[in-house]
Amino acid sequence: MKLTLKIWRQENADTKGRLETYNIDGIEEDMSFLEMLDVLNDKLVREGTEPVEFDHDCREGICGACSLMINGEPHGPDKLITTCQLHMRRFNDGDTIVIEPFRAKAFPIIKDLIVDRSAFDRIQQAGGYISVNTSGNTIDANSIPIEKDKADMSFNAATCIGCGACVASCKNASAMLFTSAKVSQFALLPQGEVEAADRVLNMVNQMDKEGFGNCTNTGACEVECPKGISLENIARMNREYLSASVAG
Amino acid sequence: MAGILSSSIARKVAMALSGIFLVSFLALHFIINLTSVFSEDFFNEASHFMGTNPIVQFLLQPILVFGVIFHFVMGFVLELQNRKARGDVGYAMYKGSANSSWLSRNMIISGIVVLLFLGLHFYDFWIPEMVTKYVEGDMTGMHGDTFRYYEETVHKFAGDPIRTGLYVLSFVFLMLHLLHGFSSSFQSVGFNNKYSRGLKGFTKAFAIVVPLGFAFIAIFHYVSHL
Ligand code: HEM
Ligand code: SF4
Ligand code: FES
Repeated sequence: MKLTLKIWRQENADTKGRLETYNIDGIEEDMSFLEMLDVLNDKLVREGTEPVEFDHDCREGICGACSLMINGEPHGPDKLITTCQLHMRRFNDGDTIVIEPFRAKAFPIIKDLIVDRSAFDRIQQAGGYISVNTSGNTIDANSIPIEKDKADMSFNAATCIGCGACVASCKNASAMLFTSAKVSQFALLPQGEVEAADRVLNMVNQMDKEGFGNCTNTGACEVECPKGISLENIARMNREYLSASVAG
Repeated sequence: MAGILSSSIARKVAMALSGIFLVSFLALHFIINLTSVFSEDFFNEASHFMGTNPIVQFLLQPILVFGVIFHFVMGFVLELQNRKARGDVGYAMYKGSANSSWLSRNMIISGIVVLLFLGLHFYDFWIPEMVTKYVEGDMTGMHGDTFRYYEETVHKFAGDPIRTGLYVLSFVFLMLHLLHGFSSSFQSVGFNNKYSRGLKGFTKAFAIVVPLGFAFIAIFHYVSHL
């Protein structure tokens, strides 16, 4: 396959970036999108120019590192996958592909296509945990019976990989889907109940502090989320937040 | 209030509650207006009641005015904050249509059209009402020996294709606004469960029937006086 790539290049957070055009040949349909970028970078290095910086780690859809806005959609045109799971057979010979970083005020660019998503870490640190006594008297989690549907919903919420596609796709750069998944995964379980009120208040507070936008229920996040995290989680977080505020 | 509204979720909930309040007002307004198509007398009686009842005038009306102002001011605040959150550099390519509806992404546009319409509507009906009742002090609701409401309403549309057209156009935008807004407000207040699908159906039906019904009433009075 022959492709024309328009890729965002930016030295660092303080400099202005621009879209650069690259022509690339010899791309196979079976390559993943990231392998295609590897091929490009190999070529750039041989030519003595700087390779394109992009995030990746597991390359099997579980770590959330790979990002990229591809032709105007986070993780490209397919649903329920990450960029590392996107394959070049999805594109046609001669296509032009626009590749940009995930954009949001709260995700400043580090270099080229790499953005700083540590805002998510700080939201998680604000309350995305449970405190368990590990002094030797720990009660085995499995000894607490949990209804099947709640366990399933909690598990589904917990599959969020923190990739940030929800923020990238949202016209408001809202982090509600991410935060609500992290709140819900605990809110649905008895283990999470103890710290439930503080958790939701602190995590939402941190989310606002980081400068993410206000949700207007466009639903873009749910559609673009590689893990299919549902908007029900946002409604649950809103309920949790309201009851914690009223009780608080 | 700034304290309560300092969190994004509180702002969302306030937006939703003011929206639902406006929708309930809209429903009442619609029912009363609809009677003008069927019965001049009933419409007159209902209008007179609403126009002179102290609870309506001095409790509900101020709440309504506050609700409208709160709603659109909050709408602008959210829009500005959200633009800021998007960052300084926009996407060169952004396929919003791949994941969300145009309506949901452009509530501010449909909202601004509704706001402009409200300006016209207040100029047409509300300000003259206030002047007649509270400036001139005429609380009788009479013009000659009949109630004035029906005549005044019909008079606004009869022989005025431009005003009728503007009203109809505005109702289309109101429909667009409510098609997303009404169901969205339930999600905002945390209501998302097995009843949500049914509720969504109801909100969509409401969002189409009521604005188009208003448009029908305007066209009806225009056409029946051709
Ligand atoms: C006066 C002009 C108006 C403006 C500028 C305006 C603006 C907006 C904006 C920007 C939103 C989106 C905010 C969000 O989703 O968070 C919104 C939502 C909404 N609007 Fe309006 N609006 C206006 C009038 C109305 C009227 C007259 C009604 C009802 C009769 C209404 C009902 C709603 C509802 C139900 C929502 C959804 C709230 C939510 O999603 O939580 N709006 N409005
Ligand atoms: S909610 Fe979905 S899109 Fe958002 S961070 Fe989690 S996995 Fe990624
Ligand atoms: S590299 Fe881990 S999810 Fe794509």
